Order: sequence, then C-alpha cells, then structure tokens
Amino acid sequence: MQEVLHGVEGFMYPDEVELQWSLLIVLYPYITGLVAGAFILASLERVFKVEAVKPTYRLALLTALAFLIVAPLPLQLHLGHPERSFEMYLTPHRTSAMAMFGFVYLWYLMVVLLLEIWLDYRKEIVILSKSKTGVMKWVYKAMTLGSDNISPGALRVDDRVGYVITVIGIPSAFLLHGYVGFIFGSVKANPWWSSPLMPIVFIFSAMVSGIAAVLVIYVATTLLRKEQVDMRCLDTIARYLFYAFVIDFSLELLDLVHRIYEADESFHTLDFMVHTRLYVSQIVIQIFLGTIVPLLLLAATQLARFQEAARRRIYLAASVLTLAGIFAMRWNVVIGGQLFSKSFLGYTNYKLEFATREGLLPAIALLILPFLILWGLVKLLPPWPSKEAAA
Amino acid sequence: MRIWKDAGHLIRLALLLGMLVVAFLVIRRAVIPEGFGRYGHFRPAALEDVRAHPIHFAGRAACEACHPDVMELKQKGKHAGLSCEACHGPLAKHAEDPEVKPVLPKVVALCSRCHEANSARPKWFPQVNTKEHSGGESCEACHKPHKPKFGE
Repeated sequence: MQEVLHGVEGFMYPDEVELQWSLLIVLYPYITGLVAGAFILASLERVFKVEAVKPTYRLALLTALAFLIVAPLPLQLHLGHPERSFEMYLTPHRTSAMAMFGFVYLWYLMVVLLLEIWLDYRKEIVILSKSKTGVMKWVYKAMTLGSDNISPGALRVDDRVGYVITVIGIPSAFLLHGYVGFIFGSVKANPWWSSPLMPIVFIFSAMVSGIAAVLVIYVATTLLRKEQVDMRCLDTIARYLFYAFVIDFSLELLDLVHRIYEADESFHTLDFMVHTRLYVSQIVIQIFLGTIVPLLLLAATQLARFQEAARRRIYLAASVLTLAGIFAMRWNVVIGGQLFSKSFLGYTNYKLEFATREGLLPAIALLILPFLILWGLVKLLPPWPSKEAAA
Repeated sequence: MRIWKDAGHLIRLALLLGMLVVAFLVIRRAVIPEGFGRYGHFRPAALEDVRAHPIHFAGRAACEACHPDVMELKQKGKHAGLSCEACHGPLAKHAEDPEVKPVLPKVVALCSRCHEANSARPKWFPQVNTKEHSGGESCEACHKPHKPKFGE
C-alpha cells in the first residue's frame, strides 16, 4: 500500500492514484498533430498557391502519411487487443466521441491522404511501372490500377480532382486534430481539460509542430542527398511557422488569462500543480524553451538580416525547440490532467516505466517508426526530381 | 466522351473503393453477433454468458438469516454499514452449505487495509500506525471487529 502511494500527497480518490493514460496517450495527439500540420503545410502550395514551398509539397504529404500510419498504434498498444479495433467499424457507437476515432481516421487516410498522394504521383507511378523490373515493377503496376493513361487530358483531370481533395483535406485535417482536442476538451469533470478552446489550441499547435517537423525533415533530407537547401522555400516555411506560432501562443495565453481571471474552484489546485509537479515540463520546456525562445528566434529572422547559414541554423534550432515544446504541451495536457485529485485536495505522481508495454522504450520505437516508414515511402515515391531527370 | 477516357483511372479507383465497401458490408453481416443492439450496444447472448457465471457472494441478507446475534452487535458499532463479505470474503458456498467452513480473515492485514495511517486518507478517518499502536498485539486483542470502538 505504501509503495503504491509513494509520491501521493494529500487526498486522492482510489482510482486517481495510478494514471490510466500513459506516455503512449501523450504520443497520440503529438503524432496526429504532426499529420495535420504537415498536411496543412502541403495545402499551402496546392490551394493557397504559395509557390515558394513547392519543394516540400510532396515531402509534407509523405510525412503526413508516414505519421498517420503510426497514429493509431499508441492507442492500440495502450488498450491491448488490437484485433478488436476493427469492431468499432462493425458496430459503430455513434454517441461516443472516442469510438468514432476509426471513422475520422479512415476518412483522413483513405479519402484525403492516399487519394491525394496517388493522384499527385500517378504520372511517376505509370512511368516507374514501365521502367522498373522484378517485384517493384508489379508493385507499381498494381498502384496504377491497370490504367497507364498519362495523357495531358488525364493529368489535367488528376490536377483538378487533386485540388478538390486538398480543399476537402484542409477541413478534414482540422477535423482530425480538432477531434483529438475535443476528446480532452469535452471531459467536463476535468477542469484541466474541459475547455471549448481545446480543439482550437490543438489545431494551431498541430500546425506549428507539423510545419516545424517538415522543415527539419526537409533540411535533413536535402543535406543527406548533398543538395542545396532552397532558402526561399525555407524562409517561407519559417515565416508560416512564425505566423502559426503567434496565433497558437496567443490562444494559449488567452486560455491562461481566462483561467486566471475566472479563478474557479479548481484554480488554486491547478496553479499549485503548474508551479510544482509540472514546473519543468510546463514552465521551463513548454513555455520558455518550446515557445518563447523559438518565437524570439523566428521573430529575429523576420526583423534582422542574417547570412543564409545562420538563418538555416536559427530555423533548425527554432523548429527542434518547437517540436520539443509541443511534445511537452501534449505531456502537460495528458499527464497533467491526471496528476491532481478531482477533490482538489491532493496530487499523485506519474512513474514512467522503461521496457514495458506502455513504457519509454515502445514510445521511442513509435517515434522512430514514422521515419522508417517515411524512408520506405521516399524510396517508393521519390518526392524530389531524380538526378537523371534533372540532368 | 473524352472526359470518360481521361477519367478512366478514376472510374477504376471508384470501382476498387466500391468493392472494398461491399467486402466490408459482407464481412460485417457475417461477423456481427445475432441480435446485436436489441437491448443496447451489446449482443443479447452476453446476458446469458454473465448469468452462467458462478455466484460467489451470498449477500448480507443470507448472513443475517443465520447470524442475528452478530448482526445485532454490528449494528450498534461503527462498522454497521460494512457488508459482511467485505471482510470475510465471498461466502456463497458457506451460505448454501453451512458445513463448508469459511476461512477467518487475517486480522492485522485486514484492519490495516483501511486503518493504517496514510496522508492520502481523510483526517477524520480513524487511522493508526499499527506497529506503534499495538506493539505487536493482534487488533482483536482489544477491539471487537464487529463493534470496534471502546465504550460504544
């Protein structure tokens, strides 16, 4: 008993002592956020005609797909019995927001991402199905669905349909991540979560993290290929990162000011928690290192002139800090929301395990997995013009 | 029609998606248990499954029927609201056949489950540091479990 209660302070109800939602549930909004953010960056080029970000268009789509494939895995690992996840499609529970995840996910995967990627890559797929040999030839042949029509007329149809899908995709990306925020925001018994602002804050933080992730992946893959980073593209992405971040930060500040001013019965408990158990993850990592520092770095690049190499380093540093900050934000939402008692009279602790089903090791594996999938996708569907073609 | 010629691949895609939807509907029809949703979001046969589970707890009324003396004593004390089987464990077999003798609980472990001093418990709740409080004596040397407070 004493062992179980180690780290418990004051009064906790028995079911609050041990946290039910672990690190894996932190990963879930983090990963879906990266998906939504990466897709919104891709849509900048397609729908909003921001030509400068074109070099990252396909990379952003593949990044979104790689992370989307991994997105349900933390949930399945957390719940156990992955074979049962199919049942939510068979017998949908329409009054439960959580049970509707499968449909939100499937819509985004099948109707938005796969379709858009297929249409965008169809020309290359047809060409590769003719030039490749062996197994890969048949893989590409299957992906053509038996149609090798890449006439200008057919490609024009693809472009039009792809545009429509991207237009549908933007609200879908908002839906996907707004939904994740809604799951937390609608828990009315938990004052740390219960806020109608939650879905909106989640969407903007998703955009911030997705844009930062694509920026880092773009620079890393370009340097790995020993190519020149397109600075016009990088500057534009960084500018959009800055804009999204300013809105995200303002919304979070609005939420904070609202909570402080309203100061309802939970306020002292939450305030105490932020200054003690969540101090490092919330004040130091999320707010200072993960928000204020990258915002200042990005603002500096907007206001002052830096050399290209310096700008690149600043963008990278700001993006990496942003990714850490958004991770900390997800941590503070998920873990923070379970550290205090609903009686407002006590606090518990989260003990992170290592090599268990919901420990640190599987969490690290789940964060590495999207990059392996992305590597495979890049091999299958190269997002940049091949060197031979360029020559 | 030129548009159909140029959109042939999209028709193939639509057919493929249509086939997937049909396959899903066929699987759905085959695997959903009969009568699912008749009484709520579960299969009706689950009620039978639950009913078939062996009963472990006899319930307070069964205890009262044979042990009125204990019940009378208990009702005067602080433990009046506790169910008998909360401490004695499930006793359906004993209630059915009194020859099946229940195993008496280990008193120190049982009492300290609720009364060991702990900062997470409400302050008004009686709690002691067992080692200091009893000096190694068993709880029932001084307290009657069915009416634990002195002078009640």
